[in-house]
Amino acid sequence: MKPQTKYHLFLLGLSLGLILTGWVALGLGPARLSFPLSPLQQKIFFGLRLPRIILTVLVGAALAVTGLLFQGLFRNPLADPYILGTSSGAALGATIAVLSGVNFKLLGLSARPFFAFAGALLATVLVYSFGRRRNRPAVTMMLLAGIAVSAFFSAVTALLLYFRQEEMGKIIFWQMGGFSYARWAEVKMVLPYVVGGFLYSRSLASELNLLLLGEEKAHQLGLAVFSFQHRIIFTASVLVAAAVSVSGPIGFIGMVAPHIMRLFLGPDHRMLLPVSALAGGLLLLLADTLARTILSPVELPVGVLTSFIGGPFFLYLLNKNRLAMK
Amino acid sequence: MFAPSQLALSVEGLSFGYGGKPLLKKISFQVPVQGFTGIVGPNGSGKTTLLKCLNKALTPTEGRVILAGQDLSGIKVKALARLMGVVPQQWEASFPFTAWEVVMMGRFPYLPPWTGEGEKDREIVRAAMEATNTWALADRPVTELSGGERQRILIAQALAQTPRLLLLDEPTSHLDISQTLEISELLTELVRKNGLTVLAVFHDLNLAARYCQELIMLKEGQVYALGPPEKVLTTDNLAAVYGVETMIQQVPGTGKTHLIFFPKGELLKRGY
Repeated sequence: MKPQTKYHLFLLGLSLGLILTGWVALGLGPARLSFPLSPLQQKIFFGLRLPRIILTVLVGAALAVTGLLFQGLFRNPLADPYILGTSSGAALGATIAVLSGVNFKLLGLSARPFFAFAGALLATVLVYSFGRRRNRPAVTMMLLAGIAVSAFFSAVTALLLYFRQEEMGKIIFWQMGGFSYARWAEVKMVLPYVVGGFLYSRSLASELNLLLLGEEKAHQLGLAVFSFQHRIIFTASVLVAAAVSVSGPIGFIGMVAPHIMRLFLGPDHRMLLPVSALAGGLLLLLADTLARTILSPVELPVGVLTSFIGGPFFLYLLNKNRLAMK
Repeated sequence: MFAPSQLALSVEGLSFGYGGKPLLKKISFQVPVQGFTGIVGPNGSGKTTLLKCLNKALTPTEGRVILAGQDLSGIKVKALARLMGVVPQQWEASFPFTAWEVVMMGRFPYLPPWTGEGEKDREIVRAAMEATNTWALADRPVTELSGGERQRILIAQALAQTPRLLLLDEPTSHLDISQTLEISELLTELVRKNGLTVLAVFHDLNLAARYCQELIMLKEGQVYALGPPEKVLTTDNLAAVYGVETMIQQVPGTGKTHLIFFPKGELLKRGY
């Protein structure tokens, strides 16, 4: 099958999968929905479940695109915003915004994503500058730097929470990741970032392909490598910040979704970006639906569930990449 | 020496160093259009550093480089990729792009953002692959190709940039002898037929002697000798630059020189 045909099939299949899963997820939950909808049911249907489903898909897509950007930047399939500490940075920023009570509006955008963005950017820049050796990304260094940065930022977040215990309940989900607070306001908050971040990333796809050949080769082919890497880090930070501001850090979607798509479609980012975004949305929607129904009426934080599945998957990849770790 | 229009590249007083330690000192030379010029010198003499200064991977601390009549410092990276193709020593393919996709990346400096490749790009890529005898590999992932095949793919990619000048850094150092000769013949043909200018670093002096019209010999970051191979590869120069003794022979029929090397003092001991 031609790669283009396969790509279009995947686009179609994943879109259908999303619509279907979304439809099923709408009907799942402690409250049974039956037609015609009563006013209360309408509230549950349109005020709770629908925004939650849309938000989950947006966050999943943002995480998958970020993961793909990082994997291209580090030229390694193990990169993920959660492992690299970007999510912890964003969570710290978001926590500070909520605790300090700042609430400015800039061009209609609220304070939380800005703080999350600052945290995400700081964490990514730290990991990226330490995670390189002799001017090229080194896997071991990258993972270790990610662990250190992630641990540090999580510790600061924990410390802030410890001294503000009365706010803890409101914020604790940033440590675990989840969608139980999802409303239309959250959807509106992240939508421009996710759509903008995705479109901008898509315009960088050919350049990302060049970068996979190595920085030197990319330079020789006419890519201004340094400024391009900065654009990637900036875009990835925006996407992670948007995702984390509404859902807290959710692990492994950013790694798993692009990885599976790469297995089927190869390394070309022009195809990988759209299908990974869809796959990330679908995966997270499946995970969240499972998380809120499996122990119903008790809800699991979806971040716990993704890490539960993603952790072993990561070890599997690590094992496969052992040769590259040398 | 040459009229400016005949010059592909002119290097004028180029110096480079890291943190006060000079690696290249006042290097000057010229590369004529449609020439096959070689850079030789022992390890650490600055060959690779020099190439990096010529493709803007490094910025010279002093001096200037004129490429096709323009000062290199004023040429943007993307515009440079349209004038100059670079073939590195080796290249690890870590992602399974097909050979076709990798060669097509050579068209990157010509494609405006958001646009895919057009019919013209596909024709150029096909021609580049046919010239390098890699057309049959088009659908194969580069991760599965041999070192020699990958090197030819890299040359095809550089050709797809439709450059005026091709820079090569020991393009054959990881290849066996038949692949080495095949690639060298290919380069010679590209110079002759396609009007390309080639500037290549050579490790193998006999290869340089056979294929280059002009040689630049570096020693400790400086130009030690310049000129046609038989003038540069002399016993005195080789003793001074490499610290070896050399027996120089003429290859019957071609008039090219062939060098046989001996450790210092051995020839004398044997009574030559």
